[in-house]
Amino acid sequence: MSNDTNRRDFIGYSFAAVAAVGGGFALVGMKKAWDPLPSVLAGGFTTIDLSPMKPGKPETFSWRGKPIFVLKKSESMENSERDLIVGKDRFTVAIGLCTHLGCIPAWKKDTWKCACHGGSFNPSGKQTFGPPPRPLDLPPFSVEGNTIVLGNEGPEFKKIFAYLATQA
Amino acid sequence: MAKITKANSLGEWFDQRLNTTQFNKVMMTEYWIPKDINFLWAMGVLLATTFGILIISGIFLMMYYKPDINLAFDSVNYTIMQEVAFGWLFRHMHGVAASVIFLIIYIHMFTGIYYGSYKQGREMIWISGMLLFMTFSAAGFSGYMLPWGQMSYWAAMVITNLFGGVPVIGDALVVWIRGDFNVADATLTRFFMLHVFLLPITIMGLIGLHFYTLRIPHVNNQSSEEIDYDLEAQKYLSGNKKESKVIPFWPVFISKDLAVLGVFLIFYFYLVFFHYNFAMDPVNFDPADNMVTPAHIYPEWYFLWSYEVLRGFFFDIAGIKAFDIGLAAFGFANVAFLLLPFLDKDPEILPAHKRPMFFIWFWILMADLIVLTVYGKLPPTGANAWVGFYAALAFLIIFAVLPLVTKMDAKKRGK
Repeated sequence: MSNDTNRRDFIGYSFAAVAAVGGGFALVGMKKAWDPLPSVLAGGFTTIDLSPMKPGKPETFSWRGKPIFVLKKSESMENSERDLIVGKDRFTVAIGLCTHLGCIPAWKKDTWKCACHGGSFNPSGKQTFGPPPRPLDLPPFSVEGNTIVLGNEGPEFKKIFAYLATQA
Repeated sequence: MAKITKANSLGEWFDQRLNTTQFNKVMMTEYWIPKDINFLWAMGVLLATTFGILIISGIFLMMYYKPDINLAFDSVNYTIMQEVAFGWLFRHMHGVAASVIFLIIYIHMFTGIYYGSYKQGREMIWISGMLLFMTFSAAGFSGYMLPWGQMSYWAAMVITNLFGGVPVIGDALVVWIRGDFNVADATLTRFFMLHVFLLPITIMGLIGLHFYTLRIPHVNNQSSEEIDYDLEAQKYLSGNKKESKVIPFWPVFISKDLAVLGVFLIFYFYLVFFHYNFAMDPVNFDPADNMVTPAHIYPEWYFLWSYEVLRGFFFDIAGIKAFDIGLAAFGFANVAFLLLPFLDKDPEILPAHKRPMFFIWFWILMADLIVLTVYGKLPPTGANAWVGFYAALAFLIIFAVLPLVTKMDAKKRGK
């Protein structure tokens, strides 16, 4: 009797072990099937020419399907440690998605205002009202003469990124 | 195996093999329903029927729909709407049914709350019902993405971003759910799979569970009277139908249900043919554009109340980010109703009009949900933001005080 029970228990446990290992592998496989595809991860680089930009008028570019705001600051806009300085000009470079839930804020006079939940950001990308938990995100970029290349991590990017990390 | 004799009819042939006579009794002719109920008890059959309409219209839509970001918009707005015979009808039936099913779900839910049909043995009915509500919400959201219009895209953007609030893994989780850094082709195709396969089959399983949960504690009734079902069924079967407090599901209860269903279907098809626009947002007839957010975005009406709880908290409180407070409140709003059986501390089952404090609580909850729904659709600026804040705060308080409210009622009755 007890012999039988032990044998049956052993069979049960060995099946449980096989099922656990198999199930584990299956879950990992299914998780990976939902990961971004290699072609998506290899998403390209975007070059932006800064020279035609007009002060106080932000422009929107597309990088990896996301909008990128580039604003050449006008005289009246306050300086920030976040500014990218190219020559004598100061620029704000930011991913144009509200850090709350990802809507694209629209430029109204001198702020980016988000229609979804009322968040707003000043010309330096800092949140000034509503639910956004942090300033607009910084895309990786490098400066090459009068252009920036989105996707590369240049020294200017690293400096501003380090500053933003202290602001969280 | 049972001994099989020659059958005299097709019915007998099946009965010998599948015991259909007994099955029919258990499921239909001797499944007992209390007499003391009103038309609000017909919502279950209405929901099952509306779900059937969604499945059938969905099958026809699926034969022409293409889950690819380059093809989806035209496959809906050109192929289905203009080329397929009655394609427009199937689309409007599907869209209107998706909207109306939430109306009936809410009526069904609030009937349950009003009559106390969620507690003292009926917890599993309530919980399985709330799981159905959540799965239907997921189905509604995933379906809304499929036409790939501007509202589809930005709703997907906002809702998938909510998962960014999960501690530590949030950002990676959002990318994983989307299969891209943005809402993109991979996102559309996987949500198509969820919408047409995984969620419907989950709903079917949950409906089976929901029906089964009614078997042991039985359906509640208008006066919340506890009925001895064996005794009352005996009365009915012995011919004393007038005195018996119960009726069989089939054919007696269902006859009234079908009458209510008739009225409902007239209302539903009136909407489908003459007033379908409320379920077809004009903004969603612009193709999805990842570089332009519509000036004002909002969910369908049935999500507005929880959406307003989410965005009601628009400023940081005590060092906690507005984003996190809103998300926590939104998370709570979605499980608050699930917790109802455990927040209600009154040991008796009674309809709300016999529980003075709970009665007031119930109508305050209704009023707050209406305020949240109305303000959820308005732009979140100025005074609107503050109304939203207080209504969202009120929602949390309403659920927090429920144990107290129900205890006071019980005390008054001397329990």
